[in-house]
Amino acid sequence: MKHLIDPLDFTVEETLELLELADQIALDSSPYAKACRGKILATLFYEPSTRTRLSFESAMLRLGGSVLGFASAESSSVSKGESVADTIRAVSCYADICAMRHPKEGAPLVASHYSGIPVINAGDGGHQHPTQTLTDLMTIRRKKGRLDQMTIGLCGDLKFGRTVHSLMKSLVRFGNIRFVLISPEELRVPDYIMQDVLLAHSAPYREVETLEEAMPELDILYMTRIQKERFFNEEDYVRLKDSCILTAEKLRAAKSDLAVLHPLPRVNEITAEVDNDPRAAYFEQAQNGVSVRMALILKLLEVAAC
Amino acid sequence: MLNIDSLEHGIVIDHIHAGSAMKIYHLLGLDSLDCSVAIIKNAKSSKFGKKDIIKIEGKADLNLDILGVIDHNITINVIDMGKIVAKRSLVLPKQVTNVIRCKNPRCISNAEEGVDHIFQLCNEKSQLYRCIYCEQEFQK
Repeated sequence: MKHLIDPLDFTVEETLELLELADQIALDSSPYAKACRGKILATLFYEPSTRTRLSFESAMLRLGGSVLGFASAESSSVSKGESVADTIRAVSCYADICAMRHPKEGAPLVASHYSGIPVINAGDGGHQHPTQTLTDLMTIRRKKGRLDQMTIGLCGDLKFGRTVHSLMKSLVRFGNIRFVLISPEELRVPDYIMQDVLLAHSAPYREVETLEEAMPELDILYMTRIQKERFFNEEDYVRLKDSCILTAEKLRAAKSDLAVLHPLPRVNEITAEVDNDPRAAYFEQAQNGVSVRMALILKLLEVAAC
Repeated sequence: MLNIDSLEHGIVIDHIHAGSAMKIYHLLGLDSLDCSVAIIKNAKSSKFGKKDIIKIEGKADLNLDILGVIDHNITINVIDMGKIVAKRSLVLPKQVTNVIRCKNPRCISNAEEGVDHIFQLCNEKSQLYRCIYCEQEFQK
């Protein structure tokens, strides 16, 4: 039985196989409409989430399966003090696969140690969010036709942004990726990511503070939200947030085939006018999130089209 | 100068970071041994200025490799007939369970009872251990 806890739980070959299946589903999902009939997905969301939970539920329903679960810790036995280990043991009796979001880092890994069903990490605190990474990889691959030989700009909160770290870890495995890290100094990529990911894989990179410095060379621009609470004072936040806001004006300097990604939700880091630019790929990315989760459920349940 | 008898048979755990002897005493479960155990704190050291030493008389089945996780400067001398017959080097274990604790307050191992504190060796050269749940680095 296989789980997905960390984006690196899947080898490069397994990841490509999964993305291939996700592409097929995106093209025509009808052969898979009944693939999970009689199967149940449990969504164990210990903290609120809109799009991740709904995309998991949508994925299972589109595969002909059913869904049960809870959407907050308050509405589950955890409010009575039940452990993750006990919860997953019980849920293993009710469902065939589960997606877990938990505020504590490593909770889905603990669940996988006690589970009788495949566990998917749907986000554990600020740590990992592997299905977002698969969604990002699928979108990059569909836009560029490859996952190597490109320059990727990562912009915004590169210090705390879990989606950025997971994406970097995954991408370096495909080879010949050049990173441009765009962030205020205060929110730069942490040292351990530099050491373990970029330097360990000899991945070329450069760090800049504004989008303008990077724009012309990028094949992919991955935007993230800068959260006000990351700053010690309002003054710094106001001073720095504009350097990482994408506008139609800044986009003029970009390549015509650039693809702009964002894990969503966005606040103000991409202005609404950019939505109409054909290079904006973030809503397509959200759509891909359903296809990739459908492919993941099929793989982990080891079921095929019927 | 404090004098402690030389060992006839046993082991000497030397070059312990000054102040860490009691931590190692508990870690190795030396409190449950029947044999004589001597703890020397703040002994003079030409290398470190000060160091702690633990002397254990007799045979004891101890997992000494976990000491490498705590302090890689530690040396182990095996004593027989009053003489050093072997110097054991510490081998860093690939994984250690409930030897060190994760200090990340957001880690599940600090939130839920019964979850073992497990660290994995990620880089032998830099002797880097990370928590398997949250990937927090173990700071010595």
